[in-house]
Amino acid sequence: MKIIACIKQVPDSEAKVKAEGGQVSWGDAPLVINPFDEYAVEGALQQKEASGGTVTALCIGPESAKEALKHALAMGADEAILVSDPALNDLDTVGAAKVLAAAIKKIGADMVIFGRQTLDNGAGLTPAQTARVLGWPMLGLAGQIKVDGGSVQVERVLEEGRQSMKANLPAVLSVVQSIGEPRYPSFMGIRKASKATIPVWSLGDVGATAPAPIVTRAELMNPPAQEAITEMITGETPAEIAEKLADKILAEKVL
Amino acid sequence: MKTFVYIDHFKGDVQPASWEALGLAKSFGTAIALVFGTGADDVAKAALEYGADEVLLADDSALTDYRAETYASTLSALASSHSPNLILLPTTARTREMAAMAAIDLNTGVLTDVSGLEANGDSFIATRPIYEGKLIEKTVCSGKPVMATIRGRAFPKPNREEGKGGTITKVAAAGEAISSVEGYSAAESAVNLGDAGVIVSGGRGVSNNPSLTPPAGMDEKQAEVWRAQQGFALITDLATLLGGAVGASRAAVDGGYITYAHQVGQTGKVVSPDLYIACGVSGAIQHIVGMRNAKVIVAINKDPDAPIFKVARYGVVGDLFQVVPALTEAMKKKLGK
Ligand SMILES: Cc1cc2nc3c(=O)[nH]c(=O)nc-3n(C[C@H](O)[C@H](O)[C@H](O)COP(=O)(O)OP(=O)(O)OC[C@H]3O[C@@H](n4cnc5c(N)ncnc54)[C@H](O)[C@@H]3O)c2cc1C
Ligand SMILES: Nc1ncnc2c1ncn2[C@@H]1O[C@H](COP(=O)(O)O)[C@@H](O)[C@H]1O
Repeated sequence: MKIIACIKQVPDSEAKVKAEGGQVSWGDAPLVINPFDEYAVEGALQQKEASGGTVTALCIGPESAKEALKHALAMGADEAILVSDPALNDLDTVGAAKVLAAAIKKIGADMVIFGRQTLDNGAGLTPAQTARVLGWPMLGLAGQIKVDGGSVQVERVLEEGRQSMKANLPAVLSVVQSIGEPRYPSFMGIRKASKATIPVWSLGDVGATAPAPIVTRAELMNPPAQEAITEMITGETPAEIAEKLADKILAEKVL
Repeated sequence: MKTFVYIDHFKGDVQPASWEALGLAKSFGTAIALVFGTGADDVAKAALEYGADEVLLADDSALTDYRAETYASTLSALASSHSPNLILLPTTARTREMAAMAAIDLNTGVLTDVSGLEANGDSFIATRPIYEGKLIEKTVCSGKPVMATIRGRAFPKPNREEGKGGTITKVAAAGEAISSVEGYSAAESAVNLGDAGVIVSGGRGVSNNPSLTPPAGMDEKQAEVWRAQQGFALITDLATLLGGAVGASRAAVDGGYITYAHQVGQTGKVVSPDLYIACGVSGAIQHIVGMRNAKVIVAINKDPDAPIFKVARYGVVGDLFQVVPALTEAMKKKLGK
């Protein structure tokens, strides 16, 4: 089975992200694989272990995104491909989906696994949009995956409970945390990844044209500063503390 | 200005942000509610009562179970035939998918998790959080119709006018199903954190009560989970009293204390209740990004240096096993319950 895991590179979630001169700045914080996409790689590796085959990590991004792909290789992915092109600087999710779909067709896949959403943009649209462009079924927010011959069944984790869904391969999936903790790169994995050469494909290589962005940013702002003046509630007994705290909460008129 | 409002429901249970979307749509002009699925007549009637000018009801067996493909095709077919300027949806797992796909069909884009929306000529400017809420952006969509999923509790809920009638037009489903629903399980209890006005959350601390003696025969891990369940019972009591929902940190979920559906934070849900009470939660950045938009944050933690106190309005340094039940009692008295 050929499995593709789609990953993006984002600033680490510990980074102090700020708006500076209309641009996003994260200082010298490291860029990492999008945390949700580590679950995508984990899910892909689990399926490879269950059914055999290969895992390809696929990313659209600048040269620096090779580091995120190397993380996927170190976790155990068999190969990694970077799609990089100056024409892709202002990509929205529709554009990303079109370029990913073209790359997926070129690579060939039985199953494509996405993360739930990106940390930076946070749209959570790309998986379903890629599925739509490909015309493949979308099984989103899977917490469990089971491949059986030519079909795949997932347990979707939804607000209302779990929904079990099935579709024929090829299919597009997205996964959530319930899939299992992403494995740590092994020593051997890290060595292999550091030596790997990652092919870089241009738009021309994947046979796509530069998609004109439909969704664009008009303004970037820092959120209003939160004045967190913390009032510590103290007392001799839990009952006394609770009494005071209850009064404070009621005075806030939030109930 | 004509707006489609997709009313998201699961077997007749409507996501309240759907009504908030309807109120927003009315502020721009005509609001046409879309209700998909069989046995949803009551949902359609409720849409009229909440102010929809008209309802398009796709009461079709092809839509009995939600599937992204058929729901998206039905949405885009209706948009093509009715040409709305704007399509609003509440932000849910389902709507992210179906809006994403319909946008491909209609050659437009989706603005997700929107907390503000202004008309701008014949288009719109949306306000939305990015980088886990560390930044705010204003975005525009050059496609037609503009599509936006709105964040729960960001817009006022319109009043319901019982018995208000109107036109409900039956429409057909579109698209071909390429997946099948095999069933549902309530293994993870239904929890709607996005719409909760009050959330009481438990972290790893809920298992930390050495004075509780677990039933005989449990190994260490079972005893830990058992203790945690006693802790969550206290949290649930308080949440129930306040008419709220139960949240959890990832450590609590990973520890098997409670299901993933309750998780607040980066890999769980982003919530914005009026009141958030964090009990035995340390306040890691990945948890904070999920709850810092709460109006009032209360933290109960044994450790005076726990980072959660930095974002809290009120803090109590103490044992949650003592403070939480005492707070429940105090609240009961003061609320006259
Ligand atoms: C990629 C990634 C994504 C993540 N996503 C999330 C997420 O979505 N949500 C999330 O929550 N975390 C997330 N985390 C994990 C996060 O970093 C923390 O590990 C987690 O939030 C810690 O949970 P906790 O506060 O319950 O546990 P701890 O950090 O162990 O804190 C327990 C707290 O309980 C207090 N305590 C103990 N006993 C008592 C008692 N009897 N009474 C009162 N207080 C007591 C302690 O003082 C301590 O402060 C993520 C991490 C990563 C790397
Ligand atoms: N530039 C990219 N390259 C590869 N995969 C991506 C890219 N952007 C988004 N994805 C995938 O799509 C998912 C959702 O992204 P988004 O719609 O931006 O929230 C991510 O978790 C990734 O799996």
